[in-house]
Amino acid sequence: MSIAQQQDTLDQAPSTAGCRVPYRVFTDRQYYDREQEKIFKGDCWSFVGLEAEVPKAGDFKSTFVGETPVILTRDSDGSVHVVVNRCAHRGALVCREMRGNRSSLECVYHQWAYDLKGNLIGVPFRRGLKGQGGMPGDFDMSQHNLRQLRTESVNGLVFASFSETVESCRDFLGPIVVEQIERIMCKPVTVLGDQRQRIRGNWKLYAENTRDPYHASLLHLFHNTFGLYRSTQTGKALMDANKRHSLLYSIAASNDDAADKQAYGDSRTFDTEFKLQDMSLLKGRQEFADNVTLVILAVYPNLVLQQIQNTLAVRQTVTYGPDEFELVWTHFGYQDDDEEMQAIRLKQANLIGPAGLISMEDGEAVEIVQNAIVGEASATSYIAMGGGRAEDADHLVTEGAIIGFWDNYREMVGFEVEPA
Amino acid sequence: MGLPTLEQMQFQHAAAQLNALHAELIDDDRLEEWPNLFEEKCQYSVISAENHNRSLNLAAVFCDSRGMLVDRIVSLRRANIFPAHSYRHILGPTRVKSTSGQIVTTQTNYVVLMTRNDGQTSIYNSGKYVDQIDVSGAGSRFLSKTAIFDTHLIDTMMVRPI
Ligand code: FES
Ligand SMILES: [Fe+2]
Repeated sequence: MSIAQQQDTLDQAPSTAGCRVPYRVFTDRQYYDREQEKIFKGDCWSFVGLEAEVPKAGDFKSTFVGETPVILTRDSDGSVHVVVNRCAHRGALVCREMRGNRSSLECVYHQWAYDLKGNLIGVPFRRGLKGQGGMPGDFDMSQHNLRQLRTESVNGLVFASFSETVESCRDFLGPIVVEQIERIMCKPVTVLGDQRQRIRGNWKLYAENTRDPYHASLLHLFHNTFGLYRSTQTGKALMDANKRHSLLYSIAASNDDAADKQAYGDSRTFDTEFKLQDMSLLKGRQEFADNVTLVILAVYPNLVLQQIQNTLAVRQTVTYGPDEFELVWTHFGYQDDDEEMQAIRLKQANLIGPAGLISMEDGEAVEIVQNAIVGEASATSYIAMGGGRAEDADHLVTEGAIIGFWDNYREMVGFEVEPA
Repeated sequence: MGLPTLEQMQFQHAAAQLNALHAELIDDDRLEEWPNLFEEKCQYSVISAENHNRSLNLAAVFCDSRGMLVDRIVSLRRANIFPAHSYRHILGPTRVKSTSGQIVTTQTNYVVLMTRNDGQTSIYNSGKYVDQIDVSGAGSRFLSKTAIFDTHLIDTMMVRPI
């Protein structure tokens, strides 16, 4: 009996449980605009980068919160700051490079200069030239800083918020998320490089995808066939108290090839004929004492912190519009990695990112949904695997965390938008 | 720069032919033949200029044996899910940068155009190849091939070799 057939026998009685998401939230500009305001500029903390990306005083990185350009800086006192990348004069980008090192941030247009915290420190011709021109007498420099975001670092992961009222970042994340961050960021990290992937779909389809342990062994043949991830593995799907964030983890040592083969039946993605010529790709090291080999920590709204075998990475979502987003993958290792460990991480990087033998498929999963729901005004999805509620599970056959995401979304943005 | 010697011209010709064949096998979907252009012990990597220019080694694709190249192709055929698409490589001239015995180091600019199911063709990836080629045998082969790409924003996925 195939998986689909097994499923049919379970689905005989119509169920009232489950979550229905109107497809227009993925296509309609009104939702997108409201998300920018209510989520990315609202009562949330967005991930902006690793402290390891700006290790030295004066280091900066240009990035985005939602669609808004921001700059992550490291000040001379060692603190990290996040400011909107828009000059307080007439709105030009202050940093035009992706990254670099500067003692101050100077806008090229009229050379207004800001310190690394975003405070305005210089205005050319402020008092005019030869007694002519100049700014008005009551011009107050301190009223014209770059827009400064609240910034908090949690074990080297830097988050920023536009909100003055949102709880502290650690409280926003909650203990489960903080504990997972501490687990992976357990010692100083070093950046191995970035990968950037443009996906022609709505960013929330990726938020669903990364809260979805159900798809992982059905879409990704690599996961299943080589036992990197199977829904039969020992693992859990947990959420924070507010059900914003999702933690999926599993333990590959719990594989039982014969039993798993039976469970997956004739599924396309359990392909015992598929063998690698060079198995070195999958040779890694047991790095963590808990034996956990896969962690997908999806942090609302724009971060995934992941461990797949020995690959460690953050994935940041940057929105471009209702039907397009960028996924920035920043891979890292530990500063004390020996040469062999560095080589393992660089080789296993073949598994993830846009060319990843596993991860490439999630881009396609997002796009085939986006392509199918175009113009759809009333239809909804139906999310009910595992019982149809935003509940934790001590197994991996659930969509509970996706429902948790939508419960939060409904609260912050709503499924109904007012007529424009 | 004086006139090239006959040997230099032969090396340059062999390297350019190998690159042209590399592009042809990929573009014509003869991917099963593609690993044979490499030595058994070889290195193939596709890395963004963004990483390469910072001396960071993280590549989108990194293979250090011919077996890994075969595995990429078998995976593409049997395992991976991706949008239907084809490539068209446009190659610039291959220049021999240095020679050591029968091993030449070359550089070649490339553009890869992608055509998807919707019929549109777009510039998918552009960059340069830096290759080490053994030109000693009848058929020359890559000892290493590095595609350093400028287009660091990858459109949806990368499954075919560059
Ligand atoms: S816009 Fe920046 S100085 Fe004028
Ligand atoms: Fe996935």
